[in-house]
Amino acid sequence: MSDWTRDEMMTVAAARLLWNECVCFVGIGLPSAACNLARLTHAPDIVLVYESGTLGTRPSVLPLSIGDGELAETATCVVPLPEVFSYFLQAGRVDVGFLGAAQVDSYGNLNSTVIGPYDAPATRLPGAGGATEIAAHARQTFVMVKATPRSLVPKLDFRTSAGFLDGHGARSRTAMRGAGPRTVITDFGVLTPAPESEELRLAGLYPGVTVEEARRAVGWPLEVAPTIETIAAPSTHELEALRALNARTREAHARPVRPPT
Amino acid sequence: MKHLSLAEAIEQHVTDGACVALEGFTHLIPFAAGHEIIRQRRRDLHLVRMTPDLIYDQMIGMGCARRLTFSWGGNPGVGSLHRLRDAVERQWPGPLELDEHTHAGVAAAYCAGAARLPFATLRGYLGTDLAAANPRIRSVECPFTGERLAAVPAINPDVTILHAQRADRQGNVAIHGIVGAQREAALAAQKLIVTVEEVVDTLPPAMNGIVLPHWVVTAVAHCPGGAYPSYVQDHYARDNGFYQRWDAIAREREGFLAWMKQNVLEVRGYAGLLATLEATP
Repeated sequence: MSDWTRDEMMTVAAARLLWNECVCFVGIGLPSAACNLARLTHAPDIVLVYESGTLGTRPSVLPLSIGDGELAETATCVVPLPEVFSYFLQAGRVDVGFLGAAQVDSYGNLNSTVIGPYDAPATRLPGAGGATEIAAHARQTFVMVKATPRSLVPKLDFRTSAGFLDGHGARSRTAMRGAGPRTVITDFGVLTPAPESEELRLAGLYPGVTVEEARRAVGWPLEVAPTIETIAAPSTHELEALRALNARTREAHARPVRPPT
Repeated sequence: MKHLSLAEAIEQHVTDGACVALEGFTHLIPFAAGHEIIRQRRRDLHLVRMTPDLIYDQMIGMGCARRLTFSWGGNPGVGSLHRLRDAVERQWPGPLELDEHTHAGVAAAYCAGAARLPFATLRGYLGTDLAAANPRIRSVECPFTGERLAAVPAINPDVTILHAQRADRQGNVAIHGIVGAQREAALAAQKLIVTVEEVVDTLPPAMNGIVLPHWVVTAVAHCPGGAYPSYVQDHYARDNGFYQRWDAIAREREGFLAWMKQNVLEVRGYAGLLATLEATP
């Protein structure tokens, strides 16, 4: 099956980063699709945690919100929200934090708060939610972002969640226990931090994408890793699982809900 | 504890200028109570909610709020809360002061409030611009290890309002499913109003289930459907379609005001709204 979209490739590439039995704190949107695809393909025993307190959830369709009933009904257990953040996340019981953001800078710091000045924003974004502490405390994070001139930027308008701060070991000198972003998954390929500077550089490309296209898509002078992996196209199994998940989700979300009377 | 109608409970316990938390994390959002506050034209409220959601979009757009304590202000899985954005970006219908946190920070502040401690500590807000934007995010030194920890003031609402599955005649309230920080928000408040799907004679013993015992509950109002378009586990599902339609309803001021007039201001209580929506194809 060679007929796939960049969005599908991005989700598949993100899903492959997860492993069986890892404990993964899932952000809504792109990360939720990737994490559930991993569970439905190569990582059936992955433990998915949503900030609504649903631990070990196995939804058959993707939730629209982080607290849909589907998540509670298929979870190992449902705990109060303060416990998710204190007893599980802050206590170091999460292997991977999977995040999205409006803006990502060259050191993997994230903005989901405002475009423009905080006190007079051009665009008010939703804000931190769980992301700030997920970025600090998950043992490592993966970040998904579609590349636009406004999303991969040299400097953030506001730092909502920490990546490597200013790089060169700055993060390791803070109280943050997690190691920070290991991979940024975009719709052209993946970026990983360079060993010394911790600046994000090109580490992998999807089939058919060139280094030049990646450079045009990124707002800072993009360095390139010594070897660039060509990421394998989605397999038939991966594509079928993803498309079936998306079809089930569309059908479920379109189903009319009658108001209770 | 008293059993009251929703209108009586809001009339008696929610005053202009009060600090009010309508909690419920995606699940059990007290929409009917929010609509009653709008109908009774409360003003200058300090609203507190981790996720403002559609209900605070409506209350902010209708001019109920002067201040908002929150940690994530979007329409989950859909996009922006347009009325919240209009208030922050263009001060319509009035300026809105923001007290912005993270989920972990608000959760900790509710826990401190419930325990009547002055502040909460956490390893939070690290390496971000959040503390620079909000002077109420500070730090404290651990007296044992010397570690710097984030500190946020306790949240103690004048009134917390929840929606729950059941209450009994005595006023004990039982909640199950995704419970967010409702228990902490309830116990942090001076007064607690709970709307419920059903009132039963007595609740069965709940060994580890969440029960808010009657002596911490100020008023219970029987309000079936009162969490719609959010949901109530084992009663009705979240209307994800309504959350998606809200994006268009709330995008422009005129369309928003027309919807609120037709569906909130000019209906008699939440049963009226539900009947209207039921009749709409």
